[in-house]
Amino acid sequence: MEKRELTCIGCPMGCMVTVELDGSKVRSVSGYTCPRGKTYAIKEVTSPTRIVTSTVRVVGGTRTRVACKTASDIPKGKIDEIMAEINAARVSAPVKIGDILIADVASTGVAVVATANVGKG
Amino acid sequence: MKQVDIIIVGGGPAGLSAAIAAKEAGCDSILILERDGELGGILNQCIHNGFGLHTFHEELTGPEYADRYIERARALSIDYRLNTMVMDISPERVVTAMNRSDGMFSIQAKAIILAMGCRERPRGALNIPGYRPAGIFSAGTAQRLVNIEGYMPGRQVVILGSGDIGLIMARRMTLEGATVKLVAELMPYSGGLKRNIVQCLDDFDIPLRLSHTVVNIEGKERVEAVTIAAVGADRKPIPGTEERYTCDTLLLSCGLIPENELSKSAGVSLSGVTGGPLVNEHFETDVKGIFACGNVLHVHDLVDYVSEEAQHAGQAAARYVQGELDATGAVVALRAQGGVRYTVPSTLCVDRMDDTLTVRFRVGDVYRDSYVSVYLDDRRISHRKKRIMAPGEMEQIVLKKAELAQMPSLRTVTVCIEKE
Repeated sequence: MEKRELTCIGCPMGCMVTVELDGSKVRSVSGYTCPRGKTYAIKEVTSPTRIVTSTVRVVGGTRTRVACKTASDIPKGKIDEIMAEINAARVSAPVKIGDILIADVASTGVAVVATANVGKG
Repeated sequence: MKQVDIIIVGGGPAGLSAAIAAKEAGCDSILILERDGELGGILNQCIHNGFGLHTFHEELTGPEYADRYIERARALSIDYRLNTMVMDISPERVVTAMNRSDGMFSIQAKAIILAMGCRERPRGALNIPGYRPAGIFSAGTAQRLVNIEGYMPGRQVVILGSGDIGLIMARRMTLEGATVKLVAELMPYSGGLKRNIVQCLDDFDIPLRLSHTVVNIEGKERVEAVTIAAVGADRKPIPGTEERYTCDTLLLSCGLIPENELSKSAGVSLSGVTGGPLVNEHFETDVKGIFACGNVLHVHDLVDYVSEEAQHAGQAAARYVQGELDATGAVVALRAQGGVRYTVPSTLCVDRMDDTLTVRFRVGDVYRDSYVSVYLDDRRISHRKKRIMAPGEMEQIVLKKAELAQMPSLRTVTVCIEKE
């Protein structure tokens, strides 16, 4: 049986929640003080996800970088791979908010999209 | 002299929201003066997500949140000038500004909305001993370098202060390949949001050392190492607890200060607690026709509240210009007591207020299972239990005009924290 301790991010309380795991099966959750804590803890130990935000290099723009994000949550374990692809990417100006910069980043099926506008420079 | 109905100083989230609200309230002559090369303010460098949950019910990044307002301002044909620095505001509402194309110029405004935002507390205000080499940045400067300019300020990083920008930059620098050795926080609690501590520090195993500070910086040309030490209850370093960390960069995230030099030149009275103007229920300062909103008024943790307050300020400025915001009726003082550090607004006029008034405040310490109480003079009208309140999270209460109007001789509204 594996024990995982985490801090709930649902509110400023920051409850310490303990999850007991049997392989990938959640055996028990304790320490939470509201339902949000339980939901968060189970998601966090079974399939933690994050939105990754960064910047992509721009060629021929008024700026050299454009802000970007993964269009939806990606598995937490994929962050490093995604950052490597984002850092290797280049985009030509102009770039508009919502433009797809990488169609399928790190085989997640999720796109990296621009979150800022950069004009032609 | 050129005349404009409303001049808005600053084109960040507060200025944009105020301008849009004023325009929609029927004021056509509006000018935003922005010192940067684009609208949007600090949001442009806040590329992380989490903005707009209250306003748009979705999680946006900073530039996306700003863009919603910029597009709206453009659609409403609101006039703005970029790369324009306001040099002076007179109590008679003459705004003197300069830029490269127009040189120095003055404009007479009927109303002015202060929306200049805030700046970071610099090293000079922190009294950190040691050398003054390159490699010491405020967290926001590092954020601009990484996210806008595309430069990495360093590779081996120590961060002093656990404000949200510091936490966000701990993650950002790590994702870009730097090693963040630790975040040291002088106080026994973090000033940042819980979510940021988990997702920016815990996710990357970056230690947060509470009740610790930097006591020495080494390196003559470039930072070579910093020494941190534990501090006691008096916040003074405890001898013998020093630990040395080799690094090339020190980021400072030690608080934000409303930027009110222009407010002072206009004769606006400032709060000794927030550093921002004292305002009434319509965000009007004690200088007639000058309003304030956003981080220049008090530092916010959520931009959503900035937009909301600025909207109110913009509407009020439009009403002032239209002659509908008359100063009649008795002034009621809002008093912050027992753990409440300040309230915004700090005065109100029952006759002039809207049906409800949101009063925002911060507490001075971490309070568990305590009550937020509201007193009208000596009578308690509200007593609401909160499981936790922390200095890093802004709190609010809502006052109802109908309730206040029942007490014609009302002099003081008190907001305080009570144990029971």
